Amino acid sequence: MTLRADLQGLTPAPLSAARAAAPAEPGAPPPALRAEGIGKSYGAITVLSDVTLDIRPGEVHAIIGENGAGKSTLMKLLSGHVLPTEGRLLQGVREVAFPDAAAAERAGVVLVHQEILLAADLTVAENLFLGRELTRGVSVDDRAMNRRTAEVLASIGAKCGPRDRVGSLPLAQRQLVQIARALLEPRRVVIFDEPTAVLAGDEVTALLDVVRGLRARGVAVLYISHRLDEVEALADRITVLRDGRMIGTWETAQLSQRDMAEKMVGRALGHLYPAKRGAASAAPLLEIEEISVDHGAVLASLVVRPGEVLGIGGMIGSGRTELFEGLLGLRPAQGGPIRFDGRALPRRSVSAWQAAGLVYLTEDRKDRGLLLEEPLAANLTLQALDHLNPGPVLAPRREAEWLAKAIEEYDIRVRSPLLRAGQLSGGNQQKLLLAKVMLTDPRVIIIDEPTRGIDIGNKSQIYGFIDRLVRAGKAVVVISSELPELVGLSDRVLVMRAGRLVAELSGDEITEKSVIYAATSGAAARGGAAAQARENHTAAQAGTGQGAV
Amino acid sequence: MTTVSDIAPPAGGLSRIRWMDMAPFIALALVIVLGALLNPNFLSATNIANVVTRSAFIAIIAVGATFVISSGCLDLSVGSMMAFVTGLMILTMNKLAPTLGSNAIFVGAGLGLIVGALCGLVNGLIVTLGRIEPFIVTLGTMGIFRALITWMSNGGSIPMERSLREPYRPVYFGDLFGVPIPVVITALVVLAGAFILYRTKYGRRCIAVGSNAEVARFSGVSVTRIRTLTFVIQGLCVGIAAICYIPRLGAATPTTGQLWELQVITAVVIGGTALRGGKARIWGTIAGALILEIIANLMVLSNMVSEYLVAAVQGVIIILAMLAHRFIR
Repeated sequence: MTLRADLQGLTPAPLSAARAAAPAEPGAPPPALRAEGIGKSYGAITVLSDVTLDIRPGEVHAIIGENGAGKSTLMKLLSGHVLPTEGRLLQGVREVAFPDAAAAERAGVVLVHQEILLAADLTVAENLFLGRELTRGVSVDDRAMNRRTAEVLASIGAKCGPRDRVGSLPLAQRQLVQIARALLEPRRVVIFDEPTAVLAGDEVTALLDVVRGLRARGVAVLYISHRLDEVEALADRITVLRDGRMIGTWETAQLSQRDMAEKMVGRALGHLYPAKRGAASAAPLLEIEEISVDHGAVLASLVVRPGEVLGIGGMIGSGRTELFEGLLGLRPAQGGPIRFDGRALPRRSVSAWQAAGLVYLTEDRKDRGLLLEEPLAANLTLQALDHLNPGPVLAPRREAEWLAKAIEEYDIRVRSPLLRAGQLSGGNQQKLLLAKVMLTDPRVIIIDEPTRGIDIGNKSQIYGFIDRLVRAGKAVVVISSELPELVGLSDRVLVMRAGRLVAELSGDEITEKSVIYAATSGAAARGGAAAQARENHTAAQAGTGQGAV
Repeated sequence: MTTVSDIAPPAGGLSRIRWMDMAPFIALALVIVLGALLNPNFLSATNIANVVTRSAFIAIIAVGATFVISSGCLDLSVGSMMAFVTGLMILTMNKLAPTLGSNAIFVGAGLGLIVGALCGLVNGLIVTLGRIEPFIVTLGTMGIFRALITWMSNGGSIPMERSLREPYRPVYFGDLFGVPIPVVITALVVLAGAFILYRTKYGRRCIAVGSNAEVARFSGVSVTRIRTLTFVIQGLCVGIAAICYIPRLGAATPTTGQLWELQVITAVVIGGTALRGGKARIWGTIAGALILEIIANLMVLSNMVSEYLVAAVQGVIIILAMLAHRFIR
């Protein structure tokens, strides 16, 4: 996101609680759903307290806050997934209670989950009507269901058909199917939980259009997102949560993205990105002449030098992750000589690379990065077991020491060192993952999406860690879909397109525009109006800072 | 992106984990109390020694199964493998007895361990390199081993040479300072298993692979090697069980070890090891094996329920254990 240098630091006071809460403000329609002093406690632990907000028909009301601020809890309270322990809900002037999600849905309030909850082997229509199938006599009425599904899909601009198998659809289409399922019946309030977290580029734009379409139809939308640029572009009003409390509600026009970020973290933010170090000139640590990865059709050669952040940009699907997973031996790959620190590496595998001094942090920290069910210490030392323990036997006491050191060094916020990795917030999981690979004492660290799905406070810390590593003479390769991050961090940027490295940028050449141009210009070169349109489209997104590059 | 567990109070979480870990031992204590109430003879030294000794085979094999299951696999072939190894050992010892005398027992025992490990290796390699579901692979080898012992015995029995019976007898019937030898062997196997599982890098990786194989792979752990080795450990345990088993009946038959795989899996699961992998409770496994044997013993002693229903009661127990697991959580 682009943080505007908004130096006056004077942001308007929030709409007073009384005003934000007024049930029937003159001129404003009555809220479709209103929460008064709502909160949730688990025993002695209060996760959310005293939140008062209303969601009006025909508005997009955004909720922002850091991880753990209580956004998810608030959504679940509003949609009947969790019962509140304080406060009340109102529809119009009538007090309502949602004992479960079905009750909320009957009242026209639906939550679109962040995770995709669909049966992959069923068709789109079967998923939409799962549990509420239309019947004719005793048999299911497939024709009616398919027809209705096609209508709903068309209304949100989904490209898939009712008979497509969900498992065969790309992620963005599945997300739309999930939304279609929520919209099958008329809704008054639709709550989105980070709907764009796994989307990129065009897909994000399309999804924002779906939300705008709902608003135009008079639906009240509650929208949770980490992407402040998106919130700025979409929301009418913004409510900020911090540490389980409501900080206030503002009209979007009153806040810059920087204001939002500062209200989320509760303090003035310094520079998000550390100062750059400039292009390194030392002898390369890693040299790849040519590598091609099966199924990703990646052909690339590149050089990584100590003391630099090398950014890898490109659209999702351009082969960035495939290239490095192939390099690590995590997917089949062939290639010419690969040299590390001047020596040829005989075998490509994670453990061989690690022994040589190169590690890779996956973009998928929940499914490939951490053992969510296991304790922190077991996660921390898993990759470095051979490095840390010379013999076959473990040293439990030293594991506790390593963990204490990592917690301190990477500022991992934990209530207890005995927690399981899955109990940490996303930002702390990412820090643990970084600490985990750093235990192997690497010289080249490849980080795929270093800050995906984590809040701005943790982001800025991770950028600081990356800077610290590079200044200590290590090389860091950052693969990122967030353009500002790529531009803000990298001393040098390589851009990939359709499996090839197409551009190398350094110094002042590294701008969002130049990266986008390199990532997409090939499409225009191939000609055709569609390709041209796609390019314009992408450039337009870059203007709003939602690049998928 | 608050995860639900983010907000769970840590103290409650921890105390609940401990409680779940204790469950198999509490169940074992309850069964023992029940036994003492039902039959005064139950707590007699001879009966206890008898029960514990009889549970040794299942316990030893179940230690290996704890490895296999916690790494996310399953081995259905252990019962048949046991019969096959037993048959091969007896045939070998019988052949060598005229020349080596009672030393043939040592050769037979060594062969049992090697053949067990090799059978496990075959299972493991087909599962890992062939990328086939362990359930299917070991269902296949279960049939193969069972057919081999039937063929080797010609459908009848493979008896051990009379000359070997006396020297081999103490391995099952003997004792060390009053502790039956099979119990001593079980204790050694459990101690070794617990050490490997909880105190070595291999054990840690085993759990990591069972917990999430992708994470393990991305962390530089060879999932193939770890899983294959769990099957080899399982095979070795079968070999050890076979060594203890032979002097008991002195013969191998096509029904040797029949349905043991179910008892083994039951013992592991009621011991608290997760069937989907990632959680290993080796001491719980032993409690599980003891619970199964005690219940069988009680049914024989008490005459309240026909002993033909032993398997039914054990079946009820595994289902109850799983239900308890589900609802205590």
